[in-house]
Amino acid sequence: MTLLALHGVSCHFSMPGGRALKAVDGVDLAVEAGQTFALVGESGCGKSTLAKLVLGLERLHAGRIVFDGTDVADLDRSGRRRFRARVQAVFQDPYSSLNPRLRVGTILSEPLTARGERGRAVQARTAEVLELVGLPENAARLYPHEFSGGQRQRITIARALVPQPELIVLDEPVSALDVSIRAQILNLLQDLQNELSLSYLLIAHDLALVEHTSDRLGVMYLGEIVESGPSAEVFAEPRHPYTQALLAAVPRPDPGHPRASGHVTGEIATALDPPSGCRFHPRCPHVMEVCRSVSPAVHTRRDTEADGTNLVRCHLAAT
Amino acid sequence: MNAPLLSVRDLKTHLFLRRGVVKAVDGVSFTLDAQETLGLIGESGSGKTMTGLSLLGLPPKPAGRIVGGSIVLEGRELVGLDEDVLAEEIRGRRIAMISQDPMTSLNPVFSVGEQVAAPLRAHDLAQGREAADLAIHELGRVRVPSARERSGDYPHQFSGGMRQRVVAAMAIACQPRVLIADEPTSALDVTIQVQFMDLLEALQAETGAALLFITHDLGVAASLCHRIAVMYAGRIVETANARTLYGSPAHPYTQGLLDSLPRLGRRRGRLTAIGGAPPDALRLPAGCAFHPRCPHATDRCREAAPPETRLDDGHIVRCWLHEDGS
Ligand SMILES: Nc1ncnc2c1ncn2[C@@H]1O[C@H](COP(=O)(O)OP(=O)(O)OP(=O)(O)O)[C@@H](O)[C@H]1O
Ligand SMILES: Nc1ncnc2c1ncn2[C@@H]1O[C@H](COP(=O)(O)OP(=O)(O)O)[C@@H](O)[C@H]1O
Ligand code: SF4
Ligand code: SF4
Ligand SMILES: [Mg+2]
Ligand SMILES: [Mg+2]
Repeated sequence: MTLLALHGVSCHFSMPGGRALKAVDGVDLAVEAGQTFALVGESGCGKSTLAKLVLGLERLHAGRIVFDGTDVADLDRSGRRRFRARVQAVFQDPYSSLNPRLRVGTILSEPLTARGERGRAVQARTAEVLELVGLPENAARLYPHEFSGGQRQRITIARALVPQPELIVLDEPVSALDVSIRAQILNLLQDLQNELSLSYLLIAHDLALVEHTSDRLGVMYLGEIVESGPSAEVFAEPRHPYTQALLAAVPRPDPGHPRASGHVTGEIATALDPPSGCRFHPRCPHVMEVCRSVSPAVHTRRDTEADGTNLVRCHLAAT
Repeated sequence: MNAPLLSVRDLKTHLFLRRGVVKAVDGVSFTLDAQETLGLIGESGSGKTMTGLSLLGLPPKPAGRIVGGSIVLEGRELVGLDEDVLAEEIRGRRIAMISQDPMTSLNPVFSVGEQVAAPLRAHDLAQGREAADLAIHELGRVRVPSARERSGDYPHQFSGGMRQRVVAAMAIACQPRVLIADEPTSALDVTIQVQFMDLLEALQAETGAALLFITHDLGVAASLCHRIAVMYAGRIVETANARTLYGSPAHPYTQGLLDSLPRLGRRRGRLTAIGGAPPDALRLPAGCAFHPRCPHATDRCREAAPPETRLDDGHIVRCWLHEDGS
């Protein structure tokens, strides 16, 4: 079952001089219930903007966001309130996302007291989420600064769990954490997904982590998804030259593995001034004449499953 | 055998804060040969940057002080040298640093050409027109495209990757013998990271400088470094050539880190995590600082810090498990 579907979703920012910055430009994707969909791509390609669109924190310029069968734009007030509980978020930096003046117990109970719940039920839920994320019950009485980075990220995860969400948007959930505690948090997220049948929209730039944790993935470049599909298939056989370049560039903890020197050259263009034709063409090792002027159509990655979530956007895939 | 280009022995740099003493660097030893790349790996707060700054004679003021040990560069002891000698003859001249964040090393109100020329002027290697020309030459060496035209541009007109190249040009301008690069690629995207590492390698081949490459990323270090030193809580706990360190790590911390990484091509159910968290620098555990997180810890580990043990082939480890063999 598809829990979240994006159809042709765009978000444009207007810049000085009347120009439009197409941060997200016609994105299709689907998050299946109980699964993880990972979005990967380099800095500025639009991942966080896409996350904000899903969370309703950024205005949709075009397209539809469908959650559990209903277009989010069609929700009435109470439907929107329900939606805000069912979709939660965990961001990269656990230091700035927790209010330093509030005790952890207050931080965790806020979503409940805000909707009028009081007393024993609130306390019970707070204790329950602390246990779920592996923190002791007395953590509720302490302040965020009394915890290490990894424990703080556990607190932000606990806060996301409070309203019993179905989907959690994870924007780089471990990249601000120390290397030696990333695995703990990744394992915790995986356990929670299994226990609570959670769905994740995971944003990450570490492809090894993405291969490890995701069921499906979408590769973004300058606002567009250039390739998407089941992770196992995309990793086994990346079709888009950019996906291939990203994979080759992953730094591997193996001195015998040669660096991917000279695979892609040049800099990442800005979304304000995207290249003509295929947006990747100035960096593509396979660039053809047609790529400079004609924007490539979307092709299905394989003959099966032509459902708009198993695609590659490249002229090479036309043949 | 020739003496190493740089030899650091039992270096101690402590920070005297109101809340207590942080032993940021607490008995660090390593050597560097010309042309060699040594990776200094560790988590945030383990003391990597403080080690780098100590080599420059720049522990943070007013709290930081080198309280012991020695740093010998080309036969000359640097610890205890007068500040003006350090500034004139060493810092930026014989030892230079590419720091963590290019935006803090670059001044937004000067053109990049002026900034690359500044160390040349400061060390009186060139002045005026000549310094400006040399700066353009250095920008070309770090492969900034159209270096001559772009030398008049300001830092904000460059991408992150190009800014990092400008910082590299400043660092190599005076032909230093030792180049310290502190997390130079951490803020860069992977495809740009590759380009920057290619550049560092090329510069090293061209200049013969030794490179101390500081990073928390085991993947990045593997592709660039000949030898690796792993830091934990102010100490180097393991040093080995790269192949040995990744292939047969001897210290439980190194083993734990390598085991915990998700790796391409492996979809595993669960990762093998290290328990606990890095220690609070003001309250380091007694004995081996890793003992609260170590699966092999014994009473001895809780009581006394393990000494350095030499295994074969330059492999050094600080762990009681290996003490017997020595
Ligand atoms: N509020 C805004 N106003 C104008 N431009 C914006 C705004 N928010 C984002 N952008 C631009 O939109 C593009 C996409 O940004 P976004 O933050 O989504 O990227 P990202 O993929 O999350 O990058 P990173 O990996 O660096 O987090 C960028 O060019 C960014 O500068
Ligand atoms: N300016 C400073 N004042 C006080 N403590 C500092 C300062 N800079 C670093 N420290 C402390 O010194 C220790 C080592 O820091 P650092 O060398 O920056 O670590 P790394 O580079 O490995 O992340 C840490 O405990 C850090 O908090
Ligand atoms: S369309 Fe052309 S330039 Fe774009 S990725 Fe495919 S081959 Fe490369
Ligand atoms: S000395 Fe003891 S606690 Fe420290 S790493 Fe070795 S076995 Fe573990
Ligand atoms: Mg982002
Ligand atoms: Mg540092």
